Amino acid sequence: MDKFEKLTGVAAPMPLVNIDTDMIIPKQFLKTIKRSGLGVNLFDEMRYDDKGNEIPDFVLNQPKYRQAEILIAGDNFGCGSSREHAPWALKDFGVKCVVSTSFADIFFNNCFKNGILPIVQPQEVVDALMADAEKGENARMTIDLEAQEITTSDGEVYPFEVDSFRKHCLINGLDDIGLTLEKAPSIEAFEAKAAQERPWV
Amino acid sequence: MSPKTLYDKIWDAHVAHEAEDGTCLLYIDRHLVHEVTSPQAFEGLRMAGRRVHAPDKTIAVPDHNVPTTEGRENPDQMPEDSRIQVAALDSNAKEFGIHYYPVSDVRQGIVHIVGPEQGWTLPGMTVVCGDSHTATHGAFGALAHGIGTSEVEHVLATQTLIQSKSKNMKVEITGKLQPGVTAKDITLAIIGETGTAGGTGYVIEYCGEAIRSLSMEGRMTVCNMAIEGGARAGLIAPDETTFEYVKGRPHAPKGAQWEAALNWWKTLYSDDDAHWDKVITLRAEDIAPVVTWGTSPEDVLPITATVPAPEDFKGGKVEAARRSLEYMGLKPGTPLSEIEIDTVFIGSCTNGRIEDLRAAAQILKGKKIKDGMRAMVVPGSGLVRAQAEEEGLADIFKEAGFEWRLAGCSMCLAMNPDQLAPGERCAATSNRNFEGRQGRGGRTHLLSPAMAAAAALTGKLTDVRELM
Ligand code: SF4
Repeated sequence: MDKFEKLTGVAAPMPLVNIDTDMIIPKQFLKTIKRSGLGVNLFDEMRYDDKGNEIPDFVLNQPKYRQAEILIAGDNFGCGSSREHAPWALKDFGVKCVVSTSFADIFFNNCFKNGILPIVQPQEVVDALMADAEKGENARMTIDLEAQEITTSDGEVYPFEVDSFRKHCLINGLDDIGLTLEKAPSIEAFEAKAAQERPWV
Repeated sequence: MSPKTLYDKIWDAHVAHEAEDGTCLLYIDRHLVHEVTSPQAFEGLRMAGRRVHAPDKTIAVPDHNVPTTEGRENPDQMPEDSRIQVAALDSNAKEFGIHYYPVSDVRQGIVHIVGPEQGWTLPGMTVVCGDSHTATHGAFGALAHGIGTSEVEHVLATQTLIQSKSKNMKVEITGKLQPGVTAKDITLAIIGETGTAGGTGYVIEYCGEAIRSLSMEGRMTVCNMAIEGGARAGLIAPDETTFEYVKGRPHAPKGAQWEAALNWWKTLYSDDDAHWDKVITLRAEDIAPVVTWGTSPEDVLPITATVPAPEDFKGGKVEAARRSLEYMGLKPGTPLSEIEIDTVFIGSCTNGRIEDLRAAAQILKGKKIKDGMRAMVVPGSGLVRAQAEEEGLADIFKEAGFEWRLAGCSMCLAMNPDQLAPGERCAATSNRNFEGRQGRGGRTHLLSPAMAAAAALTGKLTDVRELM
């Protein structure tokens, strides 16, 4: 996994609430057996018309947001299905960080597994960041994971919380499975005990 | 010992390792797998030279994009990309030696229907699947939730999941349901109350007289949509209804093991003075048959209401409601019971079980659906289908004008050929009404099987109580 240290980039405003995973990546793109290549279909039904032409108004089609690496989004971002294709599509497009007032649980987890940092902020902060993002491509925002700070284009600084284990994994680009397998003795001990206590499982 | 909730008890029984910061490795008793969210996980295992840690606890079934029409064992019936996914699951199941129900097997069906039906899902277990509606299995008093593909790979390789504990939420439904009101109405009404983010960060325990009175089928319907309420999982304490359902299933414990299991299962309830971080109480008598009007499952209203206006809401929801109404082609103030529909879909892991088909058939018996209506029943599994045929339900559906399909997810998410055309309006017993969920531009109204049957007869969203 890529390491996530410090990111300075364009932030795109998406104030809509309840942006669900069907919007992020519609189901017709779930038939792949690979993880890559989904970026062109990110937000497909909002981004393209029936003929496959870009809808110019859609935020990521606007020249100033084409390079966006950060999304500032409305409440409950990523609700809906468990499809990891949603973070895969965001990642493939180039989005590395999403800020919202809340995220759906599975989506939130999936982000960390793919090197994307989801940040929860109170409504006032999201409003301030949204206003900053509205300024377009010159308004670059900085996300400093080490320091746990968001800095807006005019130098406003907002601290954020992140789970320490997840932070460690993101910063070092660590693979969860490898880390868990180091604990194999604990897992085996658990299995031995469970086989005694609940042999029917 | 300090008092615990049911969730606390199951959690504590499954912690295989706890780090200093409280992050746990939670041991997984059952891992269910389907064709859409697993290929990349198996590929990851292969690339890292890893094996499946506990193949005997891993169960796979293709369901999301299998066709539901006759002759589907012939791979030519599937589009190229679906065929590749199903073939990948076939070969991964073989290569890694996991339990498998191919489409040719009568036991095949939607993964969340097959698990309980075969006795894989038992009280007190931890159950995961790369699918958000894994919450369904919570009906057995199991801790069950959806995971992403990276986590699927993690569970395959280690039989554990890295987790931190959620908070406890109690949803109590007191009293008795009125006639015509079902488990689906309960679960939609709860989401209408809490919103789709209301459960975020929580595991919900459903309790109260109305929940206790539900069959296992009804309980599964309630827990199925815990995820639409944003919760990580929803569960219901096991009781005699649960034990009765489980007993004798192919993979349920037998003999002395049954007795031992039962002894433990009977300890699985929330202690009287357990701590709840949030409590919600609804009166069953206040719940009417409901439908959704918008494109979020929280857009719920009683069938007797009218389409709301964006101004009825606050904050970001105003814009979301405006967008929903435009997408749904609805005008504020229109009575919901005047909304005309052209498609009816009965099925899905929410409402594709035998009891659901019985409820719909009861309304349809001896009647014909509205002219020009496209209506289909997609049983949740091959066994549900066989039972419905035996009970004569299939004939009722067919005589009424419904298509009688083979088992799968079908028009719940329209990954197979069963889709809505742009602008088509569907009364659906599934769980999501998102934009494009049932086909690009398609419009979905969620409701109960009985309400879906009523809509098929009249051609409009209809209060089923008028037909009873
Ligand atoms: S029936 Fe629908 S909700 Fe259930 S598993 Fe299939 S696609 Fe998902």
